[in-house]
Amino acid sequence: MKSLKIQSLPDKSGYFGIFGGRYVPETLMKALEDLTRAYYAFKRDKQFQGELNDYLESYAGRPTPVYEAKNLTAHFGKAAVYLKREDLCHTGAHKINNTLGQGLLAKRLGKKRIVAETGAGQHGVAAATAACVFGLECVVYMGDLDIRRQALNVYKMKLLGAEVRPVHSGSKTLKDATNEAIRDWVSNVETTHYLLGSVVGPHPYPEMVRDFQSVIGKETRRFFLMHKTRLPDYLIACVGGGSNAMGFFYPFLRDRDVRLYGIEAAGRGLGSGLHAASLTCGTHGVLHGMKSYLLQDGDGQVRLAHSISAGLDYPSVGPEHAYLKESGRVKYKTATDREALEGFQLLTRHEGIMPALEPAHAIGYLKHLLPRTKRDEICVVCLSGRGDKDIDTVKRTIS
Amino acid sequence: MKNRLLTSIRKAQHKESKLFCAYLTLGYPNMDTTQRLIHAFQAEGVDMIELGFPFSDPLADGPTIQHASELALKRGVRLKDAFSMARRIRQAGNEIPLIFFGYFNPIFHYGCRRFAQEAKRAGFDALIVPDLPPDSERTFRKDCRHVGLLQIFLIAPTTSNKRAGMIANASSGFIYYVSVRGVTGVRHSLPRDIGRHLREIKKRIRQPILIGFGVSTPEQAKALSRFSSGVIVGSALIDQIRLSHGKISRVIGLVRRMVRALKKKNPPYPC
Repeated sequence: MKSLKIQSLPDKSGYFGIFGGRYVPETLMKALEDLTRAYYAFKRDKQFQGELNDYLESYAGRPTPVYEAKNLTAHFGKAAVYLKREDLCHTGAHKINNTLGQGLLAKRLGKKRIVAETGAGQHGVAAATAACVFGLECVVYMGDLDIRRQALNVYKMKLLGAEVRPVHSGSKTLKDATNEAIRDWVSNVETTHYLLGSVVGPHPYPEMVRDFQSVIGKETRRFFLMHKTRLPDYLIACVGGGSNAMGFFYPFLRDRDVRLYGIEAAGRGLGSGLHAASLTCGTHGVLHGMKSYLLQDGDGQVRLAHSISAGLDYPSVGPEHAYLKESGRVKYKTATDREALEGFQLLTRHEGIMPALEPAHAIGYLKHLLPRTKRDEICVVCLSGRGDKDIDTVKRTIS
Repeated sequence: MKNRLLTSIRKAQHKESKLFCAYLTLGYPNMDTTQRLIHAFQAEGVDMIELGFPFSDPLADGPTIQHASELALKRGVRLKDAFSMARRIRQAGNEIPLIFFGYFNPIFHYGCRRFAQEAKRAGFDALIVPDLPPDSERTFRKDCRHVGLLQIFLIAPTTSNKRAGMIANASSGFIYYVSVRGVTGVRHSLPRDIGRHLREIKKRIRQPILIGFGVSTPEQAKALSRFSSGVIVGSALIDQIRLSHGKISRVIGLVRRMVRALKKKNPPYPC
């Protein structure tokens, strides 16, 4: 019965076991209560779901294909490798699944303005895109360092009519952009919806974003049941905040035979201190409104994360991942910057697909996972985004 | 159990005078200045000190306190320094109520029960955790109550009347009323609907209410004290510390003007 329990989380107060909750300034409590109520109402509302599905199909390009990567399979000579092609979504990553859902919700809540945080810029672009579609004003907070390493996405957001506000505090990356987005929300809470981009933050965000992203897992499950009349044996996805992994895994949590692997960014190596592996190396902590795993020093100050991919450069992780780690349902492993770059090249050369550096971590981990598999098994990688945005980084690092 | 904050509040109520709470970031610009300021503030008639423990991600704070926290952390301020500061203040015979102000993670990481015990033993009287509404971590509330550390919760302009009642039940000492929708920081004008919301809330609350966030000038302090039992001033003092480059006399001067404006007898609103 434990597996049943996994799928009915979080509890009423927004906890997954001991993780999650609402650790926010009082000013936000009303907005979070309103959002939770509205979200639960829309979850049951057929018309809302229908409208969202229309956007997902005719606008975002869903369902995305599941591709059998035969060359990659031959390369490893073990389990068959499949790719869930979220990189083919409109705007080039899975982020649009969530921003369309929340954008529609914001509009129904009567909000005129959305704020968002972004690391790699993929969520920022997806938020700006949703703001266009739903006629909302859009402000995106982005760390100064990320603005420099993701120039293309910054320009895209501006073209889409969003205002990109650079954040100079702290580490000048995703963590600080999130602080600043929350501060903006506290100041404009009545007119503004905070369009959070991952399965992090205070309740109901981890649950809501997971639900919007679980379309990834549902489609994957349906594909294998229809075309292979069986479920895959392994699912593997990268984990920063953890939205693509959570959406991918969630519909499979009850299928105990499907082994789930989340891959964190080991940066320059777990021993170097320069990594973003909060589940692997972190301890319990509270940041950005949630209790989860956190990279912190001996005094409870948050440590800076590092990863070659801006999208994984975050010192904490979604609370449901923390729960799934402790319950043992998902295994969390890591891949270094170098392994991610190897993954990038591997997929590019063998399949002609350039992955974003985030899912390149999952590809990079295949060399550890696949040798342990059997030839008649199936392994599916969530290819959460495409690599155009990272070409400069790849060029700089490889040459 | 005797608590300096409760004693001080009762004394003010008896005299029908308003309460002035001064905020300082621990270790900004250095530990020595923090200590000197606490003693000086007490001499000026400040009723209580809110001692802010710097955190790497202070999401309820505006640029002024963010900057002060960052600098204090760069100087290596640790949690044990907060305890030793309180001990030094007490050893010097200063009985001004000390309120520990800090984000939840350092407390959680230290261990909630251990923190409550240490803080009380060191000489703190109360606790404000801006990112911990009373709905969460109820066992921590028990830990605090057990050692006699008061826990002060915040009420915001967005808080419903019903919720305000719940918060008041959980809160001990006083209620911290957040004047604005936003983060801490100096503001030239404060929202006009403060009076109305406060009148509504007061019907449900027995504790004294102190107004904080954005209180910057003696005039503002005076005006807000008409609706409340007193005010909390933070960013305006931190700004003054920054501008005075180590000359604390200007900071003390500002506090003196504020205390004077606040304590001047007025058509009274009973505290």
